[in-house]
Amino acid sequence: MNLKNKLLSSYIAFEDHLEADSPIYDLKSKAIKIFENEGFPSKKMEDWKYTSLNSLLKTDYSLSPKKDHAVEFKEVKQYFLHDIDTYKIVFVDGVYNSFLSETTHDKMDVCLLSAALSKPKYKPVIEAYFNKVAGKDSLTSLNTAFAREGAYIYIPKHREVEKPIEVINFATGNEAALMLQPRNLIIVGENAHVQIIERHQSLSENAVFTNSVTEIFAEKRAYVDYYKIQNDKANASLIDTTYISQEEQSNCRVHTFSFGGKMTRNNLNFYQRGERCDSTLKGITILEGKQHVDHNTLVNHIEPNCESHQDYKGIFGDSSTGVFNGKVVVEREAQKTDAFQQNNNILIDDKATINAKPQLEIFADDVKCSHGCTIGQLDEEALFYLRSRGIGKKEARALLMYAFANNVLESVKIPELKRRINKLIATKIGVHLGFDL
Amino acid sequence: MLEIKNLHASVEEKNILNGVNLEVKAGEVHAIMGPNGSGKSTLASVIAGKEEFEITKGDVLLEGEDITELDPEERAHKGVFLSFQYPVEIPGVTVTNFIKTAINESRKAQGLEDMPASEMLKKIKEKADLLEIDRKFLSRSLNEGFSGGEKKRNEIFQLAMMEPKLAILDETDSGLDIDALKVVANGVNKLRNKDNAVIVITHYQRLLDYIVPDFVHVLMDGRIVKSGPKELAYELEEKGYDWIKEEVKA
Repeated sequence: MNLKNKLLSSYIAFEDHLEADSPIYDLKSKAIKIFENEGFPSKKMEDWKYTSLNSLLKTDYSLSPKKDHAVEFKEVKQYFLHDIDTYKIVFVDGVYNSFLSETTHDKMDVCLLSAALSKPKYKPVIEAYFNKVAGKDSLTSLNTAFAREGAYIYIPKHREVEKPIEVINFATGNEAALMLQPRNLIIVGENAHVQIIERHQSLSENAVFTNSVTEIFAEKRAYVDYYKIQNDKANASLIDTTYISQEEQSNCRVHTFSFGGKMTRNNLNFYQRGERCDSTLKGITILEGKQHVDHNTLVNHIEPNCESHQDYKGIFGDSSTGVFNGKVVVEREAQKTDAFQQNNNILIDDKATINAKPQLEIFADDVKCSHGCTIGQLDEEALFYLRSRGIGKKEARALLMYAFANNVLESVKIPELKRRINKLIATKIGVHLGFDL
Repeated sequence: MLEIKNLHASVEEKNILNGVNLEVKAGEVHAIMGPNGSGKSTLASVIAGKEEFEITKGDVLLEGEDITELDPEERAHKGVFLSFQYPVEIPGVTVTNFIKTAINESRKAQGLEDMPASEMLKKIKEKADLLEIDRKFLSRSLNEGFSGGEKKRNEIFQLAMMEPKLAILDETDSGLDIDALKVVANGVNKLRNKDNAVIVITHYQRLLDYIVPDFVHVLMDGRIVKSGPKELAYELEEKGYDWIKEEVKA
């Protein structure tokens, strides 16, 4: 049975657990129909031209893992930014792990989506926000249909959360192949501040296919600083779809660090629904082997006087492939928009590939929109310059790669995270340099 | 210190150096002058180890050891320093981080520990003062947005930090006004001692008023065609190169 049919038939069993009068029952029924009609995206679709899911879909994934999810803390300690004293929502093979998590209902909610979906007290919030910004494409619909578990974060107005909240999805490898569909809902109230780190991490070499969807709502003057760490094992693939709805004067930043995994597709969608919003989308991608990362971004400028800043850097080695598809839409009402998009790529090896496609659709006449895209190699003159100063070839190459990625790294606002990413980059490039950038 | 014997070098099948002979002893300053396209910068790059150039014949000996097969970084570790005519801009790496890395990589190659941070800082301050470099300058990205003069001053700052045995200054005077020229020349002179040597490549005699050479060589069509004392530089300034061409033909 192919994966699509397997999902459809398992939905029938899954549906039995849903209460027919729950507010989401209808949503899910509609969503599964969309998936049934459209199926998985193929390369024939413009947005999927350079990313094929074919090889992923051939695997026979387990959709409902066994209940044994014992994970020792010491096994996974390295994946946490802070061991103690911070809020974390941890899932193991798609199931909430209370031992590794630290949730709260004290002046804010950092808990489980399953709780929010089932408990009556959350009903108004769920009705107001759940699936309200998410798209109706087949993969999002598939996630919506199966959405059962994920992080639910509600930051009430004026609340400034001091330490970053971590959302981590572990896959143990207890199953030969596992499909996960986490669903996160994050609501950041008026003038509230939050930093969130999201990570998908496999603990074995077994195949994992994650179809993750996150909805983020930033109310007036809210500040959301979101980091995605994608440094997964060689057999882990991720489709990560994020929808962000921004109200007046809100500021949302998403940084995506893609170093690992087999196939990663990031769909990052920003909708500016109020004036003077600020959106930042930045990423560093460093690939090797046959890795594939596809960044598909959308910034929809709907209201006037908003800004958006995109900056993606990619370094591609061996026969890895990258895609950058950045779309900026400026609606007719969105006068005085200031939209900036930058995408720079370095191909280290002859067989590495990048497909870059900036798309600007501008319907307003008084806007500032710019985009730049470069694809090149490491500068030989610069290499000679560094080497003539006694810096070895490997280190000189590394230094140039660091320098290349530095713009993006500099805007990471969590020092410990910055240090970790710096280390990840050094490991990935295979050198140690005597300084942090 | 440096012995160049019958050096031939080419780039993309084109011969640029056609038998250069040059001997530089410790404590000496040699000036290499010559018209455009005579091979001056190529000679500098070949000594520093730029891979683009192929050495087709001849030797380059540094303290008796042939360095023609060495990588640029290995030559640097042995004390060769090239001050670039056009220093490369490297956004994202500060002057300070760059020089720290350069020094510690060289120390590593010599089996030494990293230079202690306090010592490094002291040295950076001292050399920056010597070249009248503003401290703020040190935290800027390497050569990015630097004026021509700032770039050259930064090259000599690196020279001062690295303390090489053999310094090759490739048109360090171009892009410098007279005040900057004096500062840079003063920096170079302060670093001179009986154990190191300097090769100054220049178009103009002006720099040689401040960094006084022991010998002046004229490079033409990839060969040193005339050598003489410092007075030769004045003669070239006054008369140009045509008379030498005539002399060579004759």
